[in-house]
Amino acid sequence: MIISVASGKGGTGKTLVAVNLALTLSDVYRVQLLDCDVEEPNAHIFLHLATNRSEAVVIPVPRVDETKCTYCGRCAEVCVYNAIAVLKGKVLVFPELCHGCGACSYLCPESAISEEGREIGVVETGDSGNMEFIQGRLAIGEPMAPPIIREVKKHIDRVGEVIIDVPPGTSCPVVEAVKNSDFCLLVTEPTPFGLNDLSLAVELVRKLQIPCGVIINRSGVGDEKVEQYCQEQGIPILLKIPLDRNIATLYSKGIPLIAGMPEWRRVFVTLFQNIKQINSASQVVK
Amino acid sequence: MKEVVVLSGKGGTGKTSLVASFAALAQSKVLVDCDVDAADLYLLLKPQITEENEFWSGQVAFIDKEECTECGLCQEMCRFGAIKDYFVDKISCEGCGLCSQICPVNAIIMQSCMAGRWFISETSYGTLIHAKLGITEENSGKLVTLVRNSARLVAEEEKFDYIISDGPSGIGCPVIASLSGANLALLVIEPTLSGIHDLERVIGVCRHFGIPILVCINKYDINEENSYRIEDYCHKSDIEVAVKIPFDNVVTEAIVEGLPVVEYSDGKVTQQVRELWKIVSVKLNN
Repeated sequence: MIISVASGKGGTGKTLVAVNLALTLSDVYRVQLLDCDVEEPNAHIFLHLATNRSEAVVIPVPRVDETKCTYCGRCAEVCVYNAIAVLKGKVLVFPELCHGCGACSYLCPESAISEEGREIGVVETGDSGNMEFIQGRLAIGEPMAPPIIREVKKHIDRVGEVIIDVPPGTSCPVVEAVKNSDFCLLVTEPTPFGLNDLSLAVELVRKLQIPCGVIINRSGVGDEKVEQYCQEQGIPILLKIPLDRNIATLYSKGIPLIAGMPEWRRVFVTLFQNIKQINSASQVVK
Repeated sequence: MKEVVVLSGKGGTGKTSLVASFAALAQSKVLVDCDVDAADLYLLLKPQITEENEFWSGQVAFIDKEECTECGLCQEMCRFGAIKDYFVDKISCEGCGLCSQICPVNAIIMQSCMAGRWFISETSYGTLIHAKLGITEENSGKLVTLVRNSARLVAEEEKFDYIISDGPSGIGCPVIASLSGANLALLVIEPTLSGIHDLERVIGVCRHFGIPILVCINKYDINEENSYRIEDYCHKSDIEVAVKIPFDNVVTEAIVEGLPVVEYSDGKVTQQVRELWKIVSVKLNN
């Protein structure tokens, strides 16, 4: 089963949930933990495992052979990203804007455009016992996270359980990370900010037709409106993690909750069982 | 007119609470929420919308079934895997238009999408420019640029001294769009290992684009050892740590009340935030 952990709002505890769920499951199952928050990947901080393989993520960008180019301007005309411009006797390529669609090279009437790989980040992998860890890392100054997320997800082998740590927000990187999951855990906090961003995340998973459940982190602060919302929307609240100084301290030091407070292991086992139950029920409905 | 953008790398560190407080403290400013896919600032500033605009950006391919001969060229050539069984998955389509260019029977047309909305609003603290990107939409960077340009226009017309901008989390496309050409990036960091890791990456992005940096440590007393590490790191990197804000539940209480924290409490947090705005405004005027 592929379980993604998303939130809308940042800093609600996605990584806390993803890491502890993966570690708990790896006692029994083979687990792949994917850190798809490639702009700010943090799961590795809690794992203390060495990533020993690293592959560059490259996207194809145009390279113009000016001996063949007639400066006809066709490439600039077909590029919707404005990544290539043709001036008098000169072709300019703006690699950061290029999405690597290949239109310019395919449509160049002189076959003057070839493509070369440009590195925009890396995918790193490592193993520890039953767990395989895969993380993406966007290079500093690069704008496009989705190609890296796609490469991370290519490692999914579906032999065991797959847990995906998703970036915050509701735009393209989140869609890329969440799509094709069997279940989405939405982590929120009981505040108006948490509620607003949760409702956006719910809209997103519904659009992608993925069943979801909510985890309320820092339960005890704020108000009751998140719970009211979940009730009205018929979304199960699968877990509440209290606002607890010990939990916050462990997190700040990079210690997994189930390592510092082993009683939480059972909670994550129950969480997984509940997800499986909801998931098989929704399969029946489908 | 000077612009400060509040960023953090990691989400949920307190950007929006700070910006709302600056809104209450600063004279002569326009406010802008650059977190267009999980915008929360409006929850504290309670805007009255005076102008609502559509954000049209990008296109998606549409296959006319009547014309399509099912030759399969489009599916083969699409680099984004967006066409399956002669049907376009609108979420995966990046709008490059290659399919529509190469279709031998011209059965594919590109359709423009409304990708969101943006607003000019009045609040009791001044004008706010904000936006709502459609769920699962792309081009958040373009929408960020649009709201920033609109804020600039308002500031120029009204001869305001400051643009105060609530930034998105991460280091990718919307962050780069919110950062370029700003006069100062205020980085809000919490003293966790994740926070420190993300700080280093967001500093990298600011430096890449040549934006001056100021750091504020939020909830510094959650892990004082890590707070020292941040101060030490910043000192060595020649970056000023402006203030250290203590953890206090009044921040969450203020959010629940829908108020900037400086309007809700007069405690230590408020003192530090006042001090911070003083330092920010001095930096901006230097």
